[in-house]
Amino acid sequence: MTIKGKAYIAGIFEHPTRHAPDKSTAQLHAEVARGAIADAGLSKADIDGYFLAGDAPGGAWPMVDYLGLKVRHIDSTDTGGCSYLIHLGHAAEAIAAGKCSIALVTLAGKPRTGPMPPRAAGAEADFETAYGATTHNAYGMCAMRHMHDYGTTSEQLAWIKVAASHHAQYNPHAFLKDVVTVEDVVNSPMISDPLHRLDCCVVTDGGGALIVTSEEIAKSLKKPLVRLIGHGEAMKGPRGGKDLDLTYSAGVWSGPRAFEEAGVTPQDIKYASIYDSFTITVLMQLEDLGFCRKGEGGKFVADGNLISGVGKLPFNTDGGGLCSNHPVNRGGMTKIIEAVRQLRGEAHPKVQVKNCDLAIAHGTGGLLGVRHAASTCILERV
Amino acid sequence: MSEAKKYPTPVTNPETKPFWDAAAQGKFMIKRCKTCGDAHYFPRSICPFCFSDKTEWEESSGEGTIYTFSLMRKSATGPYAIGYVTLKEGPSLMTNFVDCDLERLAIGQKVKVVFKPTDGAPLPFFTVV
Repeated sequence: MTIKGKAYIAGIFEHPTRHAPDKSTAQLHAEVARGAIADAGLSKADIDGYFLAGDAPGGAWPMVDYLGLKVRHIDSTDTGGCSYLIHLGHAAEAIAAGKCSIALVTLAGKPRTGPMPPRAAGAEADFETAYGATTHNAYGMCAMRHMHDYGTTSEQLAWIKVAASHHAQYNPHAFLKDVVTVEDVVNSPMISDPLHRLDCCVVTDGGGALIVTSEEIAKSLKKPLVRLIGHGEAMKGPRGGKDLDLTYSAGVWSGPRAFEEAGVTPQDIKYASIYDSFTITVLMQLEDLGFCRKGEGGKFVADGNLISGVGKLPFNTDGGGLCSNHPVNRGGMTKIIEAVRQLRGEAHPKVQVKNCDLAIAHGTGGLLGVRHAASTCILERV
Repeated sequence: MSEAKKYPTPVTNPETKPFWDAAAQGKFMIKRCKTCGDAHYFPRSICPFCFSDKTEWEESSGEGTIYTFSLMRKSATGPYAIGYVTLKEGPSLMTNFVDCDLERLAIGQKVKVVFKPTDGAPLPFFTVV
């Protein structure tokens, strides 16, 4: 059994807002759902599957009711920022199994307007909560060890932000539109060693949505055909503290699964959406996915190698979470959306990859230095 | 360095109560599996490696080395350093480094456990030896 080629992304929508104090979170979900349904050329009554994560207020019952959906398949898997990449894979499974035919996936929220609800605690709470793991220091711990083991430098990490900023200058909705230099990044204030302010992503309100459907229905619609041909998901944590190694992520498992299912290799990929909560997130994912060898990510990202039209692997051409948008502190949705834009030929002309027929969208969720999930999607233009 | 920081009181549960009772006596406990022989942390009743239920409490030396760390420059309670320590007995665990110069932390440094009070059982932290 495989989901290869069983599901098509027929609709995408990224909310243009980056600050929405005058809207409710449920409202933002409804707005991105409307946007994706319209992009696909469908109507709400066509939706028979709904995929949502922890950002949807109240979970499945209130959201299905609020949106007025009538669905026969529901999946509320929550793996933080990569939930939507996992939803895409699960939607393909559901469509392949005949459980639904037109699936809606939504993400929305307002971390810029107000504080986020606290993370749910697990069995580890008494043994970890007091130590104050946040996104900044959990990713900082990974970067610190990566530098120790492989000689990775702050300047190399900075190139990732530089590349994202080169792309963001062409995105009218980007939260940060100014091109920055390596010096700008390494001279920005230290937030949590060794990560500087400009190693961090933006905090934005907003959201995004997808419509995932069958081949037959996708071919009856008007959009260019983009389909999922490989998917992987995995989780990693300290696991009792044995053989702790914070220099790799669960991407070492999700990536090969997706590439194997798709029957392609990293060398075949024309465009890469890589989750960029921090610069170190991108560097580790590129290694884990096989775009370069472990420990050589620093060299790989340097000198503009991730800039579209300049380097070998154009990444996050919308400006990514580092510069454009990171709605609800969950970057997986926008990774899929920009990959679909590239495959459709709808990216900004200044960053559109020529003949872009194969792309990867990959992300992690949770805390890279503590417990996290990873999911990899290989997408193809038909 | 200010030590006025208020730490959360461990909730505890039947599975972990022996750990917190020992902590109140100044002992830092880990769990070891009699079946596979490996120690783990935080303590579980069933071994996370071989899934045997033959785990037993063992007092750790409380000595280890810094695997990694990150100094959070700002927070509501001031700067603090989070990190992982690899214990002499094997397992690595998350902690904060206290009672030492946070600007001079380094991977590989030797550290030892120290307990800090809460309204309930004391919490383990690590300091540079």
